[in-house]
Amino acid sequence: MPDLTAAAGSSGTSSSGWIDVRKTYKLYIGGAFPRSESGRSYVVEDAKGKFMANASSASRKDARDAVVAARKAFVGWSGRTAYNRGQVVYRIAEVLEGRRAQFVEEVQRSEGVTKRRAEAAVDASVDRLVWYAGWADKIAQVVGGTNPVAAPYFNFSLPEPTGVVAVVAPQQSSLLGLVSVVAPVIVTGNTCVVVTSCERPLPAITLSEVLATSDVPGGVVNLLTGALGDTAPTLASHMDVNAIDLVGLADEPGPATRLEEAAAENLKRVRRAPAAEPDWALDPGIDAMTAFLETKTVWHPIGI
Amino acid sequence: MADTSVSTSSATGATDPETTGTRPADPRAAFDYAPAPESRAVVDIRSSYGLFVNGEFVDPVGGTSFKTISPATEEVLAEVGEASVEDVDLAVRAARRAYTRVWSKMPGRERGKYLFRIARIMQERSRELAVLETIDNGKPIRESRDVDVPTAAAHFFYYAGWADKLEHAGFGNDPRPLGVAGQVIPWNFPLLMLSWKIAPALAAGNTVVLKPAETTPLTALLFAEICQQADLPPGVVNIVTGAGETGRAVVAHDDVDKVAFTGSTEVGRMIAKTVAGTDKRVTLELGGKAANIVFDDAPLDQAVEGIVNGIFFNQGHVCCAGSRLLVQESVADEVMERLKRRMSTLRIGDPLDKNTDVGAINSAEQLAKIHELSDVGEAEGAGRWSPPCDLPARGFWFPPTVFTGVSQAHRIAREEIFGPVLSVLTFRTPAEAVEKANNSPFGLSAGVWTDKGSRILWVANQLRAGVVWANTFNKFDPTSPFGGYKESGYGREGGRHGLEGYLA
Repeated sequence: MPDLTAAAGSSGTSSSGWIDVRKTYKLYIGGAFPRSESGRSYVVEDAKGKFMANASSASRKDARDAVVAARKAFVGWSGRTAYNRGQVVYRIAEVLEGRRAQFVEEVQRSEGVTKRRAEAAVDASVDRLVWYAGWADKIAQVVGGTNPVAAPYFNFSLPEPTGVVAVVAPQQSSLLGLVSVVAPVIVTGNTCVVVTSCERPLPAITLSEVLATSDVPGGVVNLLTGALGDTAPTLASHMDVNAIDLVGLADEPGPATRLEEAAAENLKRVRRAPAAEPDWALDPGIDAMTAFLETKTVWHPIGI
Repeated sequence: MADTSVSTSSATGATDPETTGTRPADPRAAFDYAPAPESRAVVDIRSSYGLFVNGEFVDPVGGTSFKTISPATEEVLAEVGEASVEDVDLAVRAARRAYTRVWSKMPGRERGKYLFRIARIMQERSRELAVLETIDNGKPIRESRDVDVPTAAAHFFYYAGWADKLEHAGFGNDPRPLGVAGQVIPWNFPLLMLSWKIAPALAAGNTVVLKPAETTPLTALLFAEICQQADLPPGVVNIVTGAGETGRAVVAHDDVDKVAFTGSTEVGRMIAKTVAGTDKRVTLELGGKAANIVFDDAPLDQAVEGIVNGIFFNQGHVCCAGSRLLVQESVADEVMERLKRRMSTLRIGDPLDKNTDVGAINSAEQLAKIHELSDVGEAEGAGRWSPPCDLPARGFWFPPTVFTGVSQAHRIAREEIFGPVLSVLTFRTPAEAVEKANNSPFGLSAGVWTDKGSRILWVANQLRAGVVWANTFNKFDPTSPFGGYKESGYGREGGRHGLEGYLA
């Protein structure tokens, strides 16, 4: 099977003269796969500079549409039980695993790595999803709790999702990096708009097909391909976006600072870009979840 | 209408018409249901079962076996191997080998994947598990289908997620498994209790030898098949069937590092004595005599539903059953009237019927115990009442029963009946309610019914019980710790806290 996929993807014809049907790579907004409303696209090349596909160039309007879809999905998704969200995220891992060969091929070509490394990245992506799936009904037990206030009140604090999160995805790690920033955002009940790796968007688009068939409600994850400059500023300044993860701007302090400034207007929670893109194979810790959680504290009197 | 109702509830064809009597105002007449039996075709019960040791079904060394029957019909379901001391030793050795060579070395991430697999297969085979549980245990299919099996699968799903997050659980930076866990479980929730025991043990990196109850071994043996389907490494889970002697051998085995037991306080005491002087870690989940406290400002219809759920869920075979109703004097008459009316609508009979509310008593032995204590209640002067109901002639049955005018000195207010029998006491002030509620050697659970939030929390603070349900009862969730104060045992199962008993 992997060989078949690779052959179809790279050559386009088989020895019998059969011409393959190529996929149109589109955006993923509100559970649907629209082309950019701008009608624009850009050429995606593999690591060797060979043509792979024309991907949609998402526009500012596409970004705004995606925010609307994410906001609409937030009430339902955040209202699901943690157990249910865990099951859904686990389902993403199951379905991703089922497309392992396709992802290996796309990661290999997009990132220019060996097949072995591409396989390791795909396997780690499955594990990462499973890891975060397990957090759905545990994060509140780790970061929440009761507070022994010095008065007859029952007082407890619990984490809640912050809302719509914009994610500027890692530019290098096309699948593992992407999964590592999207899973923590949604498993806690947020919804998101993701600007994918610009030069390596194909695994992200294929991931959107996985999401669409994994019981993830439409609008929970929205994916935009294209130049970061076309959509990220719109998301950073959007008044209905609650938080932004700037990890995709690693090593680009200038643009990252400008986006953080724009995000300050409605006091978005900002997860700053690191100096360099992280090693995604490392234990991710719980920061990527807690960065987009609010803490709610409830007081209630105790007495007869 | 009344006639139709009689013929409906005698769908088993075994009802004695003499017991039905005349019931002109039978409320069931307004809710006449046709029989709706769940098909048994989904399960394939083998004529005999061996023990599950080291990943395979094996015959017991001594070759002895016992029969498991359906408590609703008394039909023999299967012959099940009886594990001797020698068999238990073989199982512990297999568990130790699997612990040393495989399970303790495996990264938590990979252990977790096995548990996720088990959770998924339990979900996939949920109907089969539910029907088998109902046949072997006697509980209504509605409960096994909607409570036991989904909660059991959810338990595996929950603890699967902990396997690679143990350092976040708050038990130190480098939590380690204990080794081999010997686990003994009761017959009231066979599969669910198995999940409560095996899921956290495996997630924490232990291997297990589990003994199911002698009257309900079948779902544990089906679970063994599920372990095979999940390719769980051999020896990680071992199931040894048998009775008290087998359980004693599991608990007493020198190479068992941890004992987990759910069952009677009497046996729990024996276990605590057996492990005295050893390094074995122990968690015990024992009996209860829960107070279900209804204040005068409670929403009474909801409270009545909660009272019924509290004591008649699973025929009252629930360690945390709300078996003592404490009702505020000013609303006692009204509560009793509504309670009796509601009890009259309970459907008792074929556990496989989807409309059945109360199924069969699990064994002849348990039925005798319920009869004995109920007779004592009557002899001690409490007022006994049951709705008219048609009980099948074969099988083990006991009608939903309520005792009024019960004092704290009565045996039915002090001892665990473990059946569908409710003792009703009254109180005047919140302080009196708390005092009566706590006047028990047990302390597993309690219920509070009031519209006043501050009072819920005040009462909950005063109660010496491990679980307090407010305006609800008998709720269970994998994320929620469960366990008792006082002679209801020690340690907690479920939730983050449930890991503690399996980690060093």
